[in-house]
Amino acid sequence: MATVNFDEYKNIWVYAEQRDGKLMNVAFELLGEGYKLSRELGEGCQVCALLVGNNIENLASECFAYGADKVYIIEDELLEVYTTDGYTKVITDAIKEYRPEIVLYGATHIGRDLAPRCAARLDVGLTADCTHLNVRVKNYIDYAEANTTLNTATLDPEDPSKNLLMTRPAFGGNLMATIVCKTTRPQMSTVRPGVMDKLEKKSEATGEVVKMDCKLSVNDINTNVKDVVKAAKALVNLSDADIIVSGGRGVKEADGFKVIRDLADKVGGVVGASRAAVDSGWIDPSHQVGQTGTTVKPKIYIACGISGAIQHQAGMQTSDIIIAINKDPDCPMMHLADYALEGDLFKVIPELIEEWN
Amino acid sequence: MRIIVCAKQVPDTNEIKINPETGTLMRDGVPSILNPDDANALEMALEIKDKNPENVEVIIISMGPPQAKEMLEECIAMGADEGILISDRAVGGSDTWATSNAIAAAVRKLGGCDLMIAGRQAIDGDTAQVGPQTAEKMGLPQITYVKEYKFSDDMKKVEVKRALEDGYQIIEADLPCMLTAIKELNEPRYMTVGGILRACDPKVKISVWGAADIGVDLNTVGLKASPTNVFRSFTPKPKGKGVFIDGDTPKEKSQNLAQSLKAKHII
Repeated sequence: MATVNFDEYKNIWVYAEQRDGKLMNVAFELLGEGYKLSRELGEGCQVCALLVGNNIENLASECFAYGADKVYIIEDELLEVYTTDGYTKVITDAIKEYRPEIVLYGATHIGRDLAPRCAARLDVGLTADCTHLNVRVKNYIDYAEANTTLNTATLDPEDPSKNLLMTRPAFGGNLMATIVCKTTRPQMSTVRPGVMDKLEKKSEATGEVVKMDCKLSVNDINTNVKDVVKAAKALVNLSDADIIVSGGRGVKEADGFKVIRDLADKVGGVVGASRAAVDSGWIDPSHQVGQTGTTVKPKIYIACGISGAIQHQAGMQTSDIIIAINKDPDCPMMHLADYALEGDLFKVIPELIEEWN
Repeated sequence: MRIIVCAKQVPDTNEIKINPETGTLMRDGVPSILNPDDANALEMALEIKDKNPENVEVIIISMGPPQAKEMLEECIAMGADEGILISDRAVGGSDTWATSNAIAAAVRKLGGCDLMIAGRQAIDGDTAQVGPQTAEKMGLPQITYVKEYKFSDDMKKVEVKRALEDGYQIIEADLPCMLTAIKELNEPRYMTVGGILRACDPKVKISVWGAADIGVDLNTVGLKASPTNVFRSFTPKPKGKGVFIDGDTPKEKSQNLAQSLKAKHII
């Protein structure tokens, strides 16, 4: 590998994923995280959004409102729908030209298709599905001491290195690993949707817009997207929910989800489910919370009849308040919960609906 | 037609437990399995072979320690024709970039293929990166998250349904290309008795190749060449004890829970 002059690489880029001219929520979360990292990197570090598509210039104002200092735009008819080849080419060309220090992508089905391809073309490192990022070792120590079992005695809070410390779950959420990329630039990671905090929206915020030339030809794209089909049913928006009421194996059957829905309606929440409930066919997979489903961080998570497999916990353990309702007082979810209520969910929930005001 | 399926031997992460005293991973006695998404990838290759057994060859390729050979035997018992294991200290500790360099070198040594299929991701690392990165290193188009497929009559094109969070895309690509399989694609078959006997037949080839055999540049594989490295690893902190809600009846417990939440201004 050729020696890289790290000083040439500056600023934090966020790939602001849009579909059908609408920005994905994770783009705002990444801008918020980018802002946090830019404070750690220090004076002069800018947070830049990268918008790729066709007729998407109007999305720049939303990027500014959520914290972007600068917005790069690449527009072309060939970028109307996402293709791996088209987007990889224009994004890697832009990275080579502007040399960002860090590039963040949302770990969506598209981000996880695009980012590895970009990393391989640029011959740089990529860390998948991150749930925590730091630059300063001092900040990393604070995070580790509050949330993990890591012995921080071997870390120096005054360490001047500014490598991106990318933390992610592995082994089904049983283990956390922090990854560094010391030899290549930019440092890149995909970040799990629903984990990072977006900034408060500042509608009046503006910044510099840089429009890039698009040097894409039809011969660069080796796949043909014939159709994009949206799911007919209403989308379950677990990531944005303040309150989630989830059902698991204890719900026993598809009809059992009625009480879960009743409680969700009462508290103004969204219905979630464990993998056991989804695999049993009681509820659509779009409701699944966990390592293989959606990661959520609501204000209140109510787990009804969910024993709390590690893979489920990995998707909800950072919820502000966890309430567990379960017949088994010793199951892992009852130990994880802030409030553990032992009992039959079919008897407890109707009473709780009465009392919740 | 030659189909190459990428597969990995992984610990069954559902069986992994954490030692509550030391906070470390207890891997002893945890079974090693064929990575689930890779089983879907193999099943797709075998479905294609079922339709045209004389003209389709299914080769499984893996990288890992010598014991990963057991997994390749399992793949042959399911119906694959041949297995290749890249196993060498020189490639040990490879990250996804370095792994894709090694796999691409091995496929080039084989003389290429008409189709590559990988599982979307492995359950130990969950990165979903090796499939796309291998495709890039081979210069092949990729379609990830494949949940349905059909080939043109001349087997020169494939059209797939690619899953998105909120629907799907219909994408067509010319062969050769790389597809990555998800659980929804199919139901992997079991090993057959005939297949198990075939896996034991010394004429059925499972080759173990080192870095020299695949002719890979040693500056592009292994721990030292990998651009990403583990800085620290640890387990999440167990949460402090929560409150156990008292009460004799569901009604009393519900009242007490609601009161506690109100007292803390949660509701």
